[in-house]
Amino acid sequence: MRKHNPLMIIGLIFGILWLFLTLYPLFFMVMNSFKDSMQFFMGSAWEIPTSVSWDNYVQVWNMNFPRYLLNTTIVVGVSLIILVLSGSMGAYALSRMKFKFKNLVFVLFIMGITIPIHITLVPVYTITRQIGLYDSLWGLIGPYVGFNLPITIFILKNFMEDIPVSLEEAAKIDGATRWSMFWKIIFPLSAPAVTAVTIYDMVILWNEFIFSLVLINSPKNRPLTLGLWDFQGQFTANIPAMLAALILSTLPLLLFYAVSGEKLIKGMTAGAVKG
Amino acid sequence: MNSIKSRHNFLVALAFLGPALFFYLMYFIIPIPMSFFYSLFKWNGITPDMEFIGLKNWNSLFADSVFWKSVLNNFVLVIMSIIIQIPFGIILGAMVSSKMKGSKIFKFFYFIPMTLSAVAIGLIWIFIYEPNFGVVNAFLEIIGLGQFTTGWLGDPSTAFGAVILTVCWQYIPFYMIIFSAAISSIPVELSEAAYIDGATRIQTFFRITLPLISGTIKMACVLALTGSLKYFGLIYVMTEGGPSHATELMATYMYKQAFTNFRMGYGSTVASFMFILSIGLTLLTLSIGKKKVDTYA
Repeated sequence: MRKHNPLMIIGLIFGILWLFLTLYPLFFMVMNSFKDSMQFFMGSAWEIPTSVSWDNYVQVWNMNFPRYLLNTTIVVGVSLIILVLSGSMGAYALSRMKFKFKNLVFVLFIMGITIPIHITLVPVYTITRQIGLYDSLWGLIGPYVGFNLPITIFILKNFMEDIPVSLEEAAKIDGATRWSMFWKIIFPLSAPAVTAVTIYDMVILWNEFIFSLVLINSPKNRPLTLGLWDFQGQFTANIPAMLAALILSTLPLLLFYAVSGEKLIKGMTAGAVKG
Repeated sequence: MNSIKSRHNFLVALAFLGPALFFYLMYFIIPIPMSFFYSLFKWNGITPDMEFIGLKNWNSLFADSVFWKSVLNNFVLVIMSIIIQIPFGIILGAMVSSKMKGSKIFKFFYFIPMTLSAVAIGLIWIFIYEPNFGVVNAFLEIIGLGQFTTGWLGDPSTAFGAVILTVCWQYIPFYMIIFSAAISSIPVELSEAAYIDGATRIQTFFRITLPLISGTIKMACVLALTGSLKYFGLIYVMTEGGPSHATELMATYMYKQAFTNFRMGYGSTVASFMFILSIGLTLLTLSIGKKKVDTYA
């Protein structure tokens, strides 16, 4: 009976329009990345490429692109390991233990969720210079861990609080220490939250821009986002090559999204959506 | 005995919290007072000669019309984000949480912008708004509105609007997910009962769904409010705050003062102002939230 509801037809039309709005910019990017700059500048943006040319991709690939990709992979990988380990240990202390200044420590971490990181930029820049990590990939890890810890701890602590204490009490009778309780019981049981938070941090860090802009100088140390920003300067006369660089840089996360789907959506919104 | 135990507890907790506290204090908490400290100096950030100038930076800040323009722009950004993103988020959220066939596939594609970096999105949209070969102008030509074509990001009267639309393109999927989660948690019995009583879908939406997600709407407004202070990458990539500060935000202004003009002291002053503002906004939303709980209790 509700099959031909006019509301549903309007909804469907709107839904398809929105799909077009979401996908068209990506389609535009892919289509024009296969043109040579001649065809791009002479023809119209709507035009289908006359021949599929991979030249732009080859050119981008030969211009430091693999280096940028490797840099991002290393920095994000190391930061993620530190973040997840230190974050889950901290979240465990905050969710289970009684100690002095606990509330202060918790409030300090939670505050970090809403504070704009710009307040840290100049000091992080001077600190990084002082400890000799300016213009080094390793210099990015500290701030990357620091500014993602609040949300990481917030999500993990919330999850751990819902795990029944009885499991640990039983282990305690068997003589288990806090350390082994955490690694053998709580950490494995927190797997869903750990996964969500890892995905969230990964996407944020993969796309991070401002700290690399401030802390990295030489081309060989640039992560992907900063490298992309530079391509823009070099390719002002060759927009299709720029578009090819854009596609190559967004592809890793898009592929990851295609594989993980709903899991990535859940992770990206874990801080805002409960359950 | 008791104090030994509490001391022991403290040390165990410290062992667990140690690594996180190390990174957090060094790279987040300690830099906050440092920024306030730097705001009292004239300093280029590289040479060691820091000149103490007291509150001069703060006086200049309050007299700086470009800075106030950026505060106003931040404010406009929040309002526009709430007006555009939340309604679209609710509509799309309702659509993808419905049991209609294919709604999962729609949701999958709608979410794609959230996985892209601000730099990538900014660059894509530069090409879309481009005056000569951009898609927006090409589209206007086709539908016969050729007289309205312009360089969207180069024209001070259109640049900010163009940037805001891009911000919406990026973040509407996020609000869509928040609202789809809220809508799917509403018990089906409620809307079914309404249908039996003869309510239309639109009536059910306004009388049942909307009131039941009002808490989520408030939360989404808070997220838009606190999040807007952090916008940087997209705008920096698209316009660098220009043309003639039309798209300047506090974050872009802060960055440019500190790292392009090497006025680290003044940049720190802008950053400190942003910090005070964000703490103020957070406390404000917390106190409003509390009042609501109190009236319920």
